[in-house]
Parts: sequence; C-alpha cells; structure tokens
Amino acid sequence: MVEYTPTEMMTVSAARALKNDDVCFVGIGMPSAACNLARLTHAPDITLIYESGTIGTKPDVLPLSIGDGELCETAVNTVAVPEMFRYWLQGGKISVGFLGAAQLDKYGNINTTVIGDYDNPKVRLPGGGGAPEIATSCGEVFLVMKQSKRGFVEKIDFVTSLGHGKGGNDRASYGVDTKGPSRLITDLCIMEPHPVGKQFVVTSIHPGVTREEIIENTGWDVEFADEVAETAIPSEKELQVLRELHARTAKAHGDQQ
Amino acid sequence: MVARFMSLKEAVASCVKDGDTISMEGFTHLIPHAAGHEIIRQGIKNLTLVRMTPDVIYDQLIGAGCAKKLIFSWGGNPGVGSLHRLRDAYEKSWPTKLEIEEHSHAAMANAYDAGAAGLPCAVFKGYRGAELPRVNPNIKFIECPFTGESLAAVPAIRPDVTVVHAQKANKKGDVLFEGIVGVQKEAVLAAKKSIITVEEIVDDFGDISPNAVMLPNWAVTAIVEVPGGAHPSYAQGYYKRDNAFYKAWDPIARDRETFQAWLEEHVINGGPEDFAAKREANKG
Repeated sequence: MVEYTPTEMMTVSAARALKNDDVCFVGIGMPSAACNLARLTHAPDITLIYESGTIGTKPDVLPLSIGDGELCETAVNTVAVPEMFRYWLQGGKISVGFLGAAQLDKYGNINTTVIGDYDNPKVRLPGGGGAPEIATSCGEVFLVMKQSKRGFVEKIDFVTSLGHGKGGNDRASYGVDTKGPSRLITDLCIMEPHPVGKQFVVTSIHPGVTREEIIENTGWDVEFADEVAETAIPSEKELQVLRELHARTAKAHGDQQ
Repeated sequence: MVARFMSLKEAVASCVKDGDTISMEGFTHLIPHAAGHEIIRQGIKNLTLVRMTPDVIYDQLIGAGCAKKLIFSWGGNPGVGSLHRLRDAYEKSWPTKLEIEEHSHAAMANAYDAGAAGLPCAVFKGYRGAELPRVNPNIKFIECPFTGESLAAVPAIRPDVTVVHAQKANKKGDVLFEGIVGVQKEAVLAAKKSIITVEEIVDDFGDISPNAVMLPNWAVTAIVEVPGGAHPSYAQGYYKRDNAFYKAWDPIARDRETFQAWLEEHVINGGPEDFAAKREANKG
C-alpha cells in the first residue's frame, strides 16, 4: 500500500495535467513543484519558463524565488524581463500558465492582492506580479490550490487576474481570446469548467475523499459532473521523484521545509 | 559625460537627493543592497521608490523611513512571506506614511522599456478583466488607431536615479551584466543619472560575446567597486543567493525593535566594506 499526503496527491495530479510538448509559464510555490515533477517524470522535454526571463530551465532543486541562479544556469536561454513579457508571453508563444492563488471563485478568477477593501485591507497580499497577463496571454491556465472555505469563495475580494469573469462568454468581452482556466487541481479533487456556464465542476475525486468533504471545504455550491472519476493514486515513481526533489530543495535552502 | 569611478558614499551623495524618484532594480539577481544601505546611512528622505519586486532591499529603506511612495508590482519576500516593514508603513504609517502605486509585472517591464525608448507611455495587452485599473488612475486604456483594439497604457518610468549592481566594469567604465539581467539596462537608460556598483573592475572583459549585455561608459554616471554588494541577493559567477538570510529576514522585520536593532548594527554602524566577507561566505 502506497502512503502519501493530500498535498502530494495534489502536486502529482497537477503534474499529470502537463504534456511533454507544453511550453509552460511557471508560478512560484505549488505550481513550481508540479511543473518540475512533470519534467522529471512523464514530460522530460517540457519547456518551463519563469518570469525572471529563463526559458527552458531544468533546475535540480526548486527555486525559493523566481530568479534563483540555477534557473539561469540550466536554461536554454535567458532573456531580459521586458522581452519575456512582450515577445514570449504577450506574443502568444506560451501554451500553459500554471498559477496558484490566495482566493479563487467558481469561475477561476484569482485574488492575490488583498483580503478586504483595497484601501483598508484586512490582509495585504503580495499582489499580481506576472499573473494578470499570464492569466490572459497563455493558451490556457491550470490552477493549483489547497481547498478551503476561506480560499474557495463565492465572491473574491479583488480580481487580480481574470478567469472566466462572470461565466459564459464573459471572458471574451474583455478582448481575451485565450481559453482561460481549464483545470483546477486541489488536495481533494480536480475541477474543470462547465462547457457552457464555465463554472467549475468536479470531474475527479482523489481516493478516500468524500463529496461531503469537498462541499464542506468550498464556499460556493459545488457541482459534480454526471460521471465523476476517481483520481489514480500517485505511483511509487511519482512519489519518489517528488520526495527527492523536496529533499534536495530543503538541503539547498538550508532548512527542513 | 563619461562614467566616473567613485566611492559609494560619494556616488550616493552626488546623485541622490531628498524627494527623488529612484529605481533600484535587479530581478532576484544583482540587487544593489550595499547602495541601499548607503542611502539609509545618508538619511535621504521622501523618496519615491520604484521597483518591480520591492524585496528585502526596499523593506529596509521603507523601515528606515526613506520612502514616501512605492511603485511596484509584487511586494513579498519570495518563497518566505510578507514584507513586514512595507506592510507596517502602508497599514500603520510606521515610521512614516507610505503611498503605493500598484501595477503588474508586464506593466512595469513595459514602462521601463518605454522610459528607455524616450516614450511618454507604454502600450500593451494587459490588465484585461483585472481590477487594478479601478484603484490605480495611472492605468488607462487606449484604442489602437489602426485596429480599434483596446490596449492598456501606463506612464513611462523615468527615474531621477537608477541604481543597479553588475558583475564587472572595465577600466574605461563600460559595464557588463550576465545571467538574469531583469530590467537593469532599461532602468539605467530610462534614468537621468545612474549608479552602478560592481563586483570588480578589470583591465578588460576578455573573450565575451559581442552580444553580451553591456552599458558603454557614456551611458552611466557613477561606478563603484563593491565586492559582495548584492548580498543577500547574488552575483552569478561570484556568489550564490543567501536564501537562509531571506528566511532570517522574516523574524527580523516582523518586529519594529528587532528591525531597528538590526539596522543600527548592520547599516548605520556598517559600511560597503562589510559585503566582501558575505561574498566569501556564499561562494560555492
């Protein structure tokens, strides 16, 4: 019997969403672990891009920041940041953007700016960084985030980055012609947008998780697909590679994270 | 005017004034920390600080009371958490009130590019469906005169002074950047004056690519040799990012008294010469 944590299940499921021929703009944190796990398992030729300008990077350890030296040393090339955002991202050269969030609604709109009012916030978060344009310029967007009522809310406090807006064809009304959030991977399940309404629908549940747990940890009314799959458990290889990656990272950054 | 070699004290004293708009860039890499400390030591106030990722360097300047305004696009300690001095200034006006102007990375990268290109504003496909335009009056939308497409526009960044760190200058004062080059070249070319701290001054750069990222001496105001001057950031080829320091910064900055004690010991009573030892400690 293979043992694993819900976070490992989430990271492995997120990694599986990526294909070998993807060109992926990688957000820091959870997306970075998933993208590098994909590269070290089923997608060895994937092109990983970090906003520091590193294209086709193959780090041996996860970067603490999006500009750690190893990203540059192992990249195919490193370009200036204006070139990264203008030619490569805005120019439509990137197939997938992989993002996390602090708050998320059922249409995949993301808040990483403030909890509460913008001018008098309860919690001031770091802000958008690259995300507002990653969310609109990449071919599609994958989201990875631990599920909770606080994070998965009916209405986010601030729209840092556009998902499907108010649902339906709303995204296109902003002049955006990319697909937007096409998959949300959590520690409990996988959700995909409804083909018409664009609200997230649960399409796969991780083993051992109940529908009630998903409902309890979601701030909107959860919809389940007519046929809900059970996510395949992490393989021994996936877990081994992920754990070794985290161990190398902890050692390199001088702690036991 | 050709770049002049100066001490860090002389460079900051002659280039940076109270009330200036300054940009200290470096995207994780080559962040000019030693120069930031010198600005704090000289007690320069009311600065408008521009930087994509304020990072620990601006947390220090803000906590030391040098800033009245911050223009930025991502305000965290990467991989660690909040910038506590930034939040304390913005949320509780300690030690002084801090005004913020918030953008996305794409907007700021484009705004530096526009500044270097002598344009009044940057135009790009950005902020679509995003809420920052509601709270930041410096984000507007214009119509493409050819296609009618709606495009975001932000003012060009034109700092009074840009401060950056680079690997090398040669004896003539030309400057070489390698690795993650961020927006440093654009930020220098967009500014009226520039200070560049370097790891070393060499006779010549040797066998480098003709496409290497260089600033010729006539495009730079002041050059200062400060070995280790980017610490706890890094200089590729010289020393690694001190990730342990970035983590240690969190408890230091969380508390006003701890921060002030750190500032007193390492900045007020320190100097640019302290950075060389940090370079040695982070080799490898």
